Amino acid sequence: MQALDRKLLRDFRRLWVQALAIAMVLACGVSILLTAVGMHQALDSTQDAYYGRNRFTDVFASARRVPNSLLPELSAMNGVLALDARVSGFASLELPGRVKGAVGRILSLPETGMPQLNVPVLRSGRWPDVPGEVVVNEPFAKSNRFSPGDSFLANINGNKRALTITGTALSPEFIYTLGPGALMPDSETFGIIWMRPREAEAAFDMTGAFNDLTLKIARGVRPEEVVFQVDQLLEPYGGHGAILRDEQGSHAIIDAEISQLKGTAMVLPPIFFGISAFLVSMVMSRIVALERAEIGLLKAIGYSDFEVCLHYLMLAALVAFAGIAIGWAAGTWLARSLAVLYARFFDFPFLIYNVSYWVYALSALAALLTTTLGAARAALKAARLAPAVAMQPPAPPRFKQSLADIVMRRLRLSQPTVMILRSLLRWPFRSALTTLGLALAVASVVSSAFFSDALHEIVDTAFFQSNRQDALLTFTEERPEEVLEEVRRLPGVLQVEALQYAPAVLRNGPLSKRVAIEARKPGSEMVRIVASDGSVAEPPPDGMLLSERLAEQLGILPGDNVEVQFTTGRREVVEMPVAGTVRQYFGLGAYMDHTSLNRLFRQQPRVSAAAIAMDASREDELHRALREIPAAAGLVLMTDTRRSFQDTIRQNVIVMNSIYITIAVLITIGVAYNGARIQLSERARELASLRILGFTRGEVSYILTGEMMLLALLAQPPGWLIGAWIAKAATDNFSSDLYTIPLVLKPAAFSTASLIVLTAALCSVLIVRRRLDRLDLVAVMKTRE
Amino acid sequence: MQPVFAMKGVTKVYDTGEVKVYALAGVDLELFSGELAVLLGPSGSGKSTLLNILGGLDHVTSGQVWFRGKDLTSLSDRQLTRYRRDHVGFVFQFYNLVPSLTARENVQLVTDVARNPMPAAEALELVGLSHRMDHFPAEMSGGEQQRVAIARAVAKRPEVLLCDEPTGALDSKTGIQVLETLHGINREFGTSTVVITHNADIQKIAHRVLFFQDGRISRIHRNEQRLEPADISW
Repeated sequence: MQALDRKLLRDFRRLWVQALAIAMVLACGVSILLTAVGMHQALDSTQDAYYGRNRFTDVFASARRVPNSLLPELSAMNGVLALDARVSGFASLELPGRVKGAVGRILSLPETGMPQLNVPVLRSGRWPDVPGEVVVNEPFAKSNRFSPGDSFLANINGNKRALTITGTALSPEFIYTLGPGALMPDSETFGIIWMRPREAEAAFDMTGAFNDLTLKIARGVRPEEVVFQVDQLLEPYGGHGAILRDEQGSHAIIDAEISQLKGTAMVLPPIFFGISAFLVSMVMSRIVALERAEIGLLKAIGYSDFEVCLHYLMLAALVAFAGIAIGWAAGTWLARSLAVLYARFFDFPFLIYNVSYWVYALSALAALLTTTLGAARAALKAARLAPAVAMQPPAPPRFKQSLADIVMRRLRLSQPTVMILRSLLRWPFRSALTTLGLALAVASVVSSAFFSDALHEIVDTAFFQSNRQDALLTFTEERPEEVLEEVRRLPGVLQVEALQYAPAVLRNGPLSKRVAIEARKPGSEMVRIVASDGSVAEPPPDGMLLSERLAEQLGILPGDNVEVQFTTGRREVVEMPVAGTVRQYFGLGAYMDHTSLNRLFRQQPRVSAAAIAMDASREDELHRALREIPAAAGLVLMTDTRRSFQDTIRQNVIVMNSIYITIAVLITIGVAYNGARIQLSERARELASLRILGFTRGEVSYILTGEMMLLALLAQPPGWLIGAWIAKAATDNFSSDLYTIPLVLKPAAFSTASLIVLTAALCSVLIVRRRLDRLDLVAVMKTRE
Repeated sequence: MQPVFAMKGVTKVYDTGEVKVYALAGVDLELFSGELAVLLGPSGSGKSTLLNILGGLDHVTSGQVWFRGKDLTSLSDRQLTRYRRDHVGFVFQFYNLVPSLTARENVQLVTDVARNPMPAAEALELVGLSHRMDHFPAEMSGGEQQRVAIARAVAKRPEVLLCDEPTGALDSKTGIQVLETLHGINREFGTSTVVITHNADIQKIAHRVLFFQDGRISRIHRNEQRLEPADISW
């Protein structure tokens, strides 16, 4: 090993705390890049492989009842590669040892063995052979501890029958499974049930017919055209309107997740790399200043400018290597933990977790490039330093009288305070970057801390203001309003309110959105619509209310008209005024008056679901009674929904907050510790002189801590602003048609962020202050500047 | 004797914008092979500037400098680096050792890049520091550190040894040890040696003494009777 390399290694060892502080920030960037790109890749390729192998379809359609005789015509449509017609329906389930009911979605298997499309993967057992046998989706079986051979009761279309599980399966259609009326997946109360065709047809009165269709279309064919043709063909049979993949629930959620990961990979790592570059630049500049004489010596004994430049770039590269090593380790671990988390949310039969070497290489390259760029200025300065000049002490900084000095004089500040302020003004660029670095740390906490306030707001609006019912009883299909009287008579039911859903496509010029219009009765006390200003809104007799997000997507303002094309019943198209917009965090809500909707359909009032207030002590009785009512598809308990929503989100919020706080602390330490070390090295003589002049340790350390803490204080307002901006961007990024995250910024989020960053900054500076206490006054004064 | 260095009309002006300082104001000089020359003069008289120019560390403002007939003033920075690497050894007042390298490694810093160096251990033996090879600068006395610096300078077998106040930071006894080392190398290897000093007593060991005053050589004195370092004191 060459002597210069040895110097390099020893310099690195001497600087290890500073180097580590920078390496940790760099490691954040590397690990987030690795995790986000790695997970993006994993999810993307898993989804791709799963969809490919199991032939996930492009178009999904359903109808009331379509005769099998239509199949040849459907198959002959232009661009259709394959199609699967099946029977699909809901059944309320009675699970052994469980009072609360569950809901199952029954899907018929084809007569000839396996489906051609959306092919389920058998995970255990076998496919059903004889009547009464079914295969259920694996998460449902696991949550209820079912294994092949176990049985449960299903209430299908009024007939109660025992079903025996012969196996478990997973399907690309149900990677993320939401039950009817549910906000979060709950595999304990919702399951997919694959049944033999004859049995399913008989159970749902579909002999010789089907009500669910999935299609695979050829490349190069416009899917919208296929959807149009399918809608045309199914219309006479009560078609509900075909949808594309984008609107398929499970696919939409996974796609949203994949694009979020992509966003994370694009936005966060550059911030960390930027901060690292700044830190490297700050530390390297100081090292070059300190090693001025050594640079002169190296040149005097014949080292070239290039060799000297390379020497300092290599020092920065060592910091990069440390950061890369830590980042790779942390990133690999983080990605694996995240993969486990994903496996819990998404039901894949396999996870292709194979972070490519190029992702590792890319993250390393980015880190190396960052530190090299950061060190470039200092290294070039070392290269350009003329040897004869390098042997001389540097010229002292030139302080000049300025307006600031006049102000400081007027304010009669103490000399140490003046020293602090002059230093800040003398190096404004460095001060500004230090402030920016600390501001980003504050922003990091703000941008994650707001989530728990947002969660609170969501829960408050969704459960305590809008949906105040205890439970939601859904019916297998629309029922006459009189059914509510029956519901009212059920045990434990105290109050009942009507809800009706009407699937429709809303249009405004070229913009359109498929929604389920909700119809409510005026004066509903439980199912309420809460407007943006917090007041309770009622849909007017001849108009609609839209959720803010839906109105925004359709480009509609209150007072505008919207075209409504109902996709059920008479499939009429009407023009309707939008009376107003309402705040809503779940789904894309569109609301109408119950009476108006039914008048529009020219029918007696009907209901799709009933909101129930109930006596909690009689809950079990209610569940038991519901088992006997075939029309009841399922009972969603709002408390359960709220709890499961809160639990899931809270877990995520805790994990996310911990990560962001760690990041903030690492950035703060990186910036504050290095900043203070550099100040100490620049001011050692000055501070030692003050000590010799009789200043106390406290007074001298005030100068050291004062400058950094002043910068930390100055960093707070920009930190809050940047944090609020990131939070805003995050709400936009995280919001989808399924849910919207409100931007709730409370003072507590800002003060928490400030407290964390100021404490971390103070601790970092105090560690450096200990060095000040150990300063050998005589030795410092003897050293040549 | 063959001249190693020749200088003609060399000036060096430091222009600070407001004032011009003439560090060298027209110097003509020849230094000979195997010669030990002492440059004597007050601070700011131009000694160090002259040494820097001879060593290829600095450029002249006007005039010419030849090293073995080669014009140094016409060399590029890259060529000057090559020149320093191959021909010149430096010794400084404050030793300029790299604190993170041991004595041996400090010498290796030179032997790593020189064309025909002697082993680092041999160079250290030459200055009587074989037993201190693996010590760091902070573990050595000032005299020892300066001897390491000399070992580092001679390890490349330079043709010229340029020493800027080599005893300036040392006490008399240690200073004499250092001078003995320089003297020995000059005698043994015939290395042309230039020593800058404030200390008038040191002139007695030189072949020639060049007196500096205000950027010029005011007087040159040839020692007919040279003393051994051990015979002088201050």
